[in-house]
Amino acid sequence: MSLLTTFQSLAARWLNRSRTSDDIEEELRSHIQHRADDLERSGLNPAEAERRARIEFGGSQRFREECHEALGGNFLETLAKDVRFSLRVLRKTPGFTLVAVVTLALSIGANAVVFAALNAFILHPLDLPRAESLYSVHRVTDNSANQSYPDYLDLRDRNRSFEDLAGYNILQAGVDTGETPTRSWLLAVSGNYFDVLGVTPHLGRFFHGSDERGANSAPYIVLTHAYWHSRFQEDPGVIGRTVQLNKHPFTILGVAPPAFRGTLLFFSPDFFIPMVNQEQLEGVNVLEARGTRWIFMTMGHLKAGVTPEQAAADFTSVGSYLETTYPKEHGHWTYVLERPSLYGEYLGGPMRAFLTALMLLAGLILLAACANLGSLFAARAADRSREIALRLALGATRLRVLRQLFTEALLISLMGGALGLWGSVLLLDWLRAWNPFPQFPFYLPVVPDAYVFGVALLLTLASGFLFGAVPVRQVLHTHPYEIIKAGSTGRAGRRITIRDLLLVAQIAICALLVTSSIVAVRGLERSLHGDFGFMPKNAMLLATHMDMAGYRGEAVPVMQKRVLEAMMTVPGVTSVGLVDWPPLTTGDIPGASVFKDETTDLRPANAAVASLIFKISPEYFRTAGSVLLSGRSLTWQDDKDAPSVAVVNQEFARRIFGSAVDAAGQYFKRRDGTRVQVVGIVEDGKYESLTEGPKPVMFLSFLQSPSNQMSVVLRSDADPQHLAAAIRSKLGEVDSGLPYFIQPWSQAMNLVLFPSQAATVALGILGMMAAMLSVTGIFGIAAHSVSRRMRELGIRMALGAQSREVLQAALGRPFKLLAFGSTAGLILGILATRVLSFIVYQATPRDPLVLAGSVLAMFLLGLLATWIPAQRALSANPLTLLREE
Amino acid sequence: MSHQAQLLPGTLDLLILKAVSLGPLHGYGVLLRIGQISQQALLIEQGALYPALFRLVRQGLLKASWGTSDNNRRAKFYELTVPGRKRLREETREWDRLAAAIASALAAEPEKA
Repeated sequence: MSLLTTFQSLAARWLNRSRTSDDIEEELRSHIQHRADDLERSGLNPAEAERRARIEFGGSQRFREECHEALGGNFLETLAKDVRFSLRVLRKTPGFTLVAVVTLALSIGANAVVFAALNAFILHPLDLPRAESLYSVHRVTDNSANQSYPDYLDLRDRNRSFEDLAGYNILQAGVDTGETPTRSWLLAVSGNYFDVLGVTPHLGRFFHGSDERGANSAPYIVLTHAYWHSRFQEDPGVIGRTVQLNKHPFTILGVAPPAFRGTLLFFSPDFFIPMVNQEQLEGVNVLEARGTRWIFMTMGHLKAGVTPEQAAADFTSVGSYLETTYPKEHGHWTYVLERPSLYGEYLGGPMRAFLTALMLLAGLILLAACANLGSLFAARAADRSREIALRLALGATRLRVLRQLFTEALLISLMGGALGLWGSVLLLDWLRAWNPFPQFPFYLPVVPDAYVFGVALLLTLASGFLFGAVPVRQVLHTHPYEIIKAGSTGRAGRRITIRDLLLVAQIAICALLVTSSIVAVRGLERSLHGDFGFMPKNAMLLATHMDMAGYRGEAVPVMQKRVLEAMMTVPGVTSVGLVDWPPLTTGDIPGASVFKDETTDLRPANAAVASLIFKISPEYFRTAGSVLLSGRSLTWQDDKDAPSVAVVNQEFARRIFGSAVDAAGQYFKRRDGTRVQVVGIVEDGKYESLTEGPKPVMFLSFLQSPSNQMSVVLRSDADPQHLAAAIRSKLGEVDSGLPYFIQPWSQAMNLVLFPSQAATVALGILGMMAAMLSVTGIFGIAAHSVSRRMRELGIRMALGAQSREVLQAALGRPFKLLAFGSTAGLILGILATRVLSFIVYQATPRDPLVLAGSVLAMFLLGLLATWIPAQRALSANPLTLLREE
Repeated sequence: MSHQAQLLPGTLDLLILKAVSLGPLHGYGVLLRIGQISQQALLIEQGALYPALFRLVRQGLLKASWGTSDNNRRAKFYELTVPGRKRLREETREWDRLAAAIASALAAEPEKA
């Protein structure tokens, strides 16, 4: 039969469902009447004849269904019937339904979110044409991709493997569109950048390689769609407009398409400019400097037929040409091709490992959820064995019963999947809008695309079938007669089943996560009240960059001093200091090699320590709340005409001079041979991350070592909002053209607190999910064990067993599993703390609160999970139970 | 009824087509006709007849219409269609070939050396 007729028949049956039913009904009735007529003719009375005719005919319901099936319209009808029946059954047990749906929603939601991240960061990171052949060029030697401009040109022109090579660098600039100037992050890119990537403009045009004609020859801007939206309200008239970048005019050429935010994940720049104009933004021309590797990354498409390995060898040969031609600036370097989206393997490797592990964990959670729901389903099927037996006895086929049970399972999984997906879409929306580090243009490109929906649907259906399949064997082995005769029989199994092992594993994982999350929470709590060597509380940071308002050279310290003086007049401010990069606000503080005073051969190999450098104003220590241990602070007299001086921390003094006590007054040497006198010793602190060990640090005067980058620290216990407003107006009086960024120091520390916060949140969420799964798992097994042994329990009680003994009989096994799993999990948790201590500040398992908390949590979970089955076991009334059977 | 044989799977359709080919019949009539032409040797479960009838109608081998039976009761009458007649011929030939093959296989004697 053709597909068309099948379909027509299906549709016709579906539309005429009731008519067909009547038709079948009438025909079967007619058959029985004819048979009864015959029987009557053979001498039976009419009533008896009809009865006999009915009996001979057999189970008419079964034939009715088979008739429907033969007519072909049965599938949808049966489905509709099954769905209605399942909904009724599920409504009758709202607790079960809720637990099942929420469990699935959480686990499928978690999988969807993790997969969305995996998809966005690893599987399909760049929405660009031919993304699969796009590679960035990295040096193996120092694991870095940066290049100087002359080297970039040589690599671009001398390689034979890439169609073309583009490069970009990340810069900040002050943007003046005629209103208040603001600070922006941008990409300074090579002229061929858009052409190499194959991006086409959303509006206007892009610049090209042909626009570059030497330094500062291409003052053009291409806006990202997001910035065009937020800053220019999508006004198409911005094309051709001139804006000021660091006081230099640039013309807006076009707008990039919405999906394009450069090629570096998590970083969302405001606009793009040609890198030949870098001098206008950075103040120094580095286009000719072969040793200054300021280009962040270079990348391009492989030519057809060239493998990444061949291309890497090609770049390495260009590298050796550069090495022989410019020996002063070049070492012996080999190159490798990697993916540009996460800075090659540098971020990509750990990210892939982390997300794969997370995906695995999420998958395990879903699997555990399915196992739990499976055992809940099996327990229900056992409870419903009478109903099933009755339906089998009435002529339902086993297939039909199974079909109904699967419909029930799939209904639950679809509800759970839909709820989970909805939740994950909300979470992803929130994540995209989320920026924990307002000083950076951070963006999580997690978009729930077709892949995410597909995977969620697949997981939903798979898990429905998976846990729906658990009771299959049970139903197939149901003997209606036996069950109705004997009631559900419970064989008290002593065998260790796979389900038991799975549950122990689940409880162990749960205990592990609970322990780890308590450790993480404790660590986070400590890190918020920790000793950093400064006091972030009640300190406000005003970050700005002198270049952005066009200040250069001698003018910089003068202007900085004026800003400091203006800030002193802000009401409520008790103290004001300046520092180039405030500690714990960036993971990348500049440093330098330091030599002992007696060292004469200042080769890098002879350096005593690598020290971090902070450039500060004299009042910085007092304002930051750092304690000066001996000597003096820097003063305004330590200017560029005075001898070089520094304040160092204890660790620096210990490493260079052997002790912190008599370091004041001694000298050390910088790389260029300058002798620097130590005038004071300041306490040690945390500078780049909370988990770092003691680091040697020197503090130099901003008058002796100028820096365009600056943050003013203001100590005040005034309300941050009012304070920020007052700072804004004072700064406007000094220079209204100076872009700035104001935030409390504690908020700026989010960047370094982020790993431990993220770990705490991730562990907390996973721990909660694991806890929930353990509860449903234990509940399932306890409920099953109680319901199977109700009769036995009733007899025990009838024979005089005490509540305690009944509970022991009913719940002994689940509790044993719980105790076993928890112990294993706690031990694992204590071991895992070693790993955690890399991310979490002062993570230690030898914290009585952690141990007590974990044990208590697991105990409560067990209590929660077994409460209802225990109540049911205790309510076993021997009389009713025995009568019921 | 122990002398009645169970139907081989697949043969019910053939029997129905044959019964109906002898003249239009209602469901119960089909049952009686099969009994009659097989000399009561074949056992057909009464209810099982209808799914088979419906299947044949859906395949276009039979057509059905409501009418009145000899007992003066409403009944649905089945008639062979042209494809039904063709199918009956094919199936009969097929069956003959199968029956002959099985008969000859069962009649085989051990070969003499």
